[in-house]
Amino acid sequence: MEEALKPVEGRKRSRLGLFWSKLRQNKLAIAGLVIISFFFIVGIVAPLIAPHDPNETNLPLMLDKPSMYYPLGGDELGRCILSRIIYGARVSLLIGIIVIGTGGGVGVPLGLISAYYGGKVDFSMQRLVDIMFAFPGILLALMLIAILGVGIQNVMIAIGISTIPIYARLVRGSALSVKEEQYVQAARAIGASDFRIIFRHILPNCLSPIIVQSTLNMALAILWAAGLGFLGLGISPPTAEWGAMLNGGRLYMRVAPHVMAFPGLAIFVTVLSFNLLGDGLRDALDPRFYRR
Amino acid sequence: MGVCLEVRGLKTHFFTDAGVVKAVDGISYSVEEGETVGLVGESGCGKSVSALSVMRLIPQPPGRIVGGEIIFDGKNLLGASDKEMHHVRGGKIAMIFQEPMTSLNPVLTIGRQLSEALEIHLGMDKQDAQKRSIELLQLVAIPDAEKRLSDYPHQLSGGMRQRVMIAMALSCNPKLLIADEPTTAVDVTIQAQLLEIMKNMTGRFGTSLILITHNLGVIARYAQRVYIMYAGKIVETGLASDVFGALGHPYAKGLLASVPRLDAPLGTRLTAIEGEPPDMAYLPLGCSFRPRCIYAVERCSQEAPPLKLIADKHYVACWANMRE
Amino acid sequence: MQKNNILVDIKNLKMYFPVTKGIILQRKVAEVKAVDDVSFYIRKGETLGLVGESGCGKTTIGLCILQLHRPTAGEVIFEGKDLGQLKGESLRQVRRRMQLILQDPYGSLNPRMTMGNIVGEPLRVHHLVEGKEYRTQVAVLLEAVGLNPALADRYPHEFSGGQRQRIGIARALAINPAFIVCDEPVSALDVSIQAQAINLLESLQQQFNLTYLFIAHDLSVVRHISDRIVVMYLGKIVEIASKADLYQNPAHPYTQALLSAVPIPDPVVEARRKRIILEGDVPSPLSPPPGCNFHPRCSEAIGICKEQIPPLRPLGSDHWVACHRV
Repeated sequence: MEEALKPVEGRKRSRLGLFWSKLRQNKLAIAGLVIISFFFIVGIVAPLIAPHDPNETNLPLMLDKPSMYYPLGGDELGRCILSRIIYGARVSLLIGIIVIGTGGGVGVPLGLISAYYGGKVDFSMQRLVDIMFAFPGILLALMLIAILGVGIQNVMIAIGISTIPIYARLVRGSALSVKEEQYVQAARAIGASDFRIIFRHILPNCLSPIIVQSTLNMALAILWAAGLGFLGLGISPPTAEWGAMLNGGRLYMRVAPHVMAFPGLAIFVTVLSFNLLGDGLRDALDPRFYRR
Repeated sequence: MGVCLEVRGLKTHFFTDAGVVKAVDGISYSVEEGETVGLVGESGCGKSVSALSVMRLIPQPPGRIVGGEIIFDGKNLLGASDKEMHHVRGGKIAMIFQEPMTSLNPVLTIGRQLSEALEIHLGMDKQDAQKRSIELLQLVAIPDAEKRLSDYPHQLSGGMRQRVMIAMALSCNPKLLIADEPTTAVDVTIQAQLLEIMKNMTGRFGTSLILITHNLGVIARYAQRVYIMYAGKIVETGLASDVFGALGHPYAKGLLASVPRLDAPLGTRLTAIEGEPPDMAYLPLGCSFRPRCIYAVERCSQEAPPLKLIADKHYVACWANMRE
Repeated sequence: MQKNNILVDIKNLKMYFPVTKGIILQRKVAEVKAVDDVSFYIRKGETLGLVGESGCGKTTIGLCILQLHRPTAGEVIFEGKDLGQLKGESLRQVRRRMQLILQDPYGSLNPRMTMGNIVGEPLRVHHLVEGKEYRTQVAVLLEAVGLNPALADRYPHEFSGGQRQRIGIARALAINPAFIVCDEPVSALDVSIQAQAINLLESLQQQFNLTYLFIAHDLSVVRHISDRIVVMYLGKIVEIASKADLYQNPAHPYTQALLSAVPIPDPVVEARRKRIILEGDVPSPLSPPPGCNFHPRCSEAIGICKEQIPPLRPLGSDHWVACHRV
């Protein structure tokens, strides 16, 4: 009986190890990852690290420059900008997660079923997706808000729904090629049910593009929420949200630019980080690295 | 008969994340004028890399030719300039690859690709090149040669594409043709066609041929001399007519015993070689074949055996040196 | 020939793939006759080799038998049951009796599943074992094919090509089938590993009383492992013979050319052999030649070959040929 496997220590690394080393080489992606982790942690422990209550107004400190008391200064209602940014991180990241959950939760199964069954099912689903694509994302979101009304949940749902077609198309493309793989044929030969084949065989092998797209969608979601917040259509005041903060500071741009600058910087850095990470993930997940 | 190509002590290494892969580790072989030499081995043994090294087509990074000499036409190709190599490739030494679909440019017509080589290497003008192209296609038995000139690669079958490749390779009358697994991707009756064409062409023009393959039968049929490679080294070499009947190296013997033969008596059992081909990034000390060798002795794990002469023109690299 | 000894009986099998044009309203413009009226049987316990070049339909036949393609016409009778009539649950039940081994050791295993799960999936799908018994059963299967059960939690990419092929074989054995379709199981393996896989398949056949349909293009391998061999060309059977007969008395011109094209690793023998080189290429299955579809390349074709399709006729015991000249 031959020894079934060559020794593994220090040699053929696991898939995760290989992926990690590829990612590590991309300095920008790692920078992105570090920054995002930082924001995640900040968002989670917000109540513990924010120096002040984000909603506590203190009119004498209105538009105050950064000082010992308010490290990043005060906004147009005298609230601590730093605290609002910290709590805003929580909101932005929550938005991102819910958006991905909604978009992915509906888009991914849509794409999978479309690809697997083909024919009329595929045809009609794709036309539906075409229609969704025909509306520029933010317009769709606005339409949905017009129907559903403003408010934090509706904003998140609206943005989430706008990302459904992206996921559906992406997953469909991936699933179509995975469907032709021999192990799928082998699963059918065993007698596996369609459900099992789709969720146990096809989906796990479509994950790479989904992961990459999700990081990019996070960036998109934060940007859109900020945009809607800026337009006053998003999160209702006084909730601290970076876009709303931009809106609030708009009128005072000349006299107190820091009120817009700091939340703007937060948006910029976070979105950039997600994009860098997404690009890095896409490269590191390239399946060509896994073939001998 | 003069010597067309002589490779001495060639070493080509690849520097990868996983370590240094000694794809070709000190091999020496020669090809006489007009001779067909077989280079046999399995995937990873270095046969293709050695051919690419001759053509100086090794991607660097991660590869690099780190040692040896390649003497062709009185010159060491490893010292040649890029300009000189451009002149050699396609003109003096031509190569055919395994996958004809990826070796032919899908957006250029067959005619264009054929005349390109003729214009560059032989300095022909368009009209002459076209005439010659038609002749070449006819030589490789492609029907309606003139019409074919304006076809694109995807319009031809696999066998035809491979024949176009042979025509392209021979178009500038090279002294040496290297065929790297030319028949692996085609059906067996087409394989027979292609090999016969190559044999006729090389016989007709006196071209030397290096046939790189893992198929022992192809070598038995077409090669005058054979080199057997394993893990980057040559383990046995000799005249095909001598060697097949009296293989000395345990790998070579094992390989021959494990391949089903069309004329074998019924009920023959195949004797498999134990174990797996080695991971080229982690070769064992001493002889690379030792982990799978049933004849291994102490010395095999300490140093790699050199090629030793055991009969007329027949060399074997083995400490145990068994002979039937 | 005892009728109750037959495990698989194929009658007039046809598998035509439509070629369609148009985006919204698809019309059929042509047909690829991948399998064109094929009939043969497989006896219990034997290995039937199915050999031919690309486009001959051999893989399609294997998939049709397993009902992974639903045949356009004809019958597949397996253990007395007409598989074409079965659907849904009853088809799933029959799938337990017939399994598949695929060619590509890299593509036939789900890269995201552990070896243990790949091999054990058939057990799960058919709800055959639970809990601890599952792991035991998987271990037994792995040992049967020469793999170390301690490595059941590794992923396919951590194994070599030969080992991955063994995983595929273990998977096929998992639910104790009677019949296995082996679709080019050794073609993608290194030459020095092929013998291991062939020997393994042979010993498993003895051990588990299996019947094989061995599909391959390498005639040497097919002749070695098969009891009888079916030679196909462009969707039709040209010859059926026992392994001895095929080599000693090949009757069909295509079979003769095929045999002559396979080189034997012995220069002395090779120097003596007659070479039959076929002209031209295999025609496209979209437009097969009229009459006998081999006639354009056949050195012995006569008038009738262009007009009538030759029927498969018996030539002796267990030897059938489809040729007007014989």
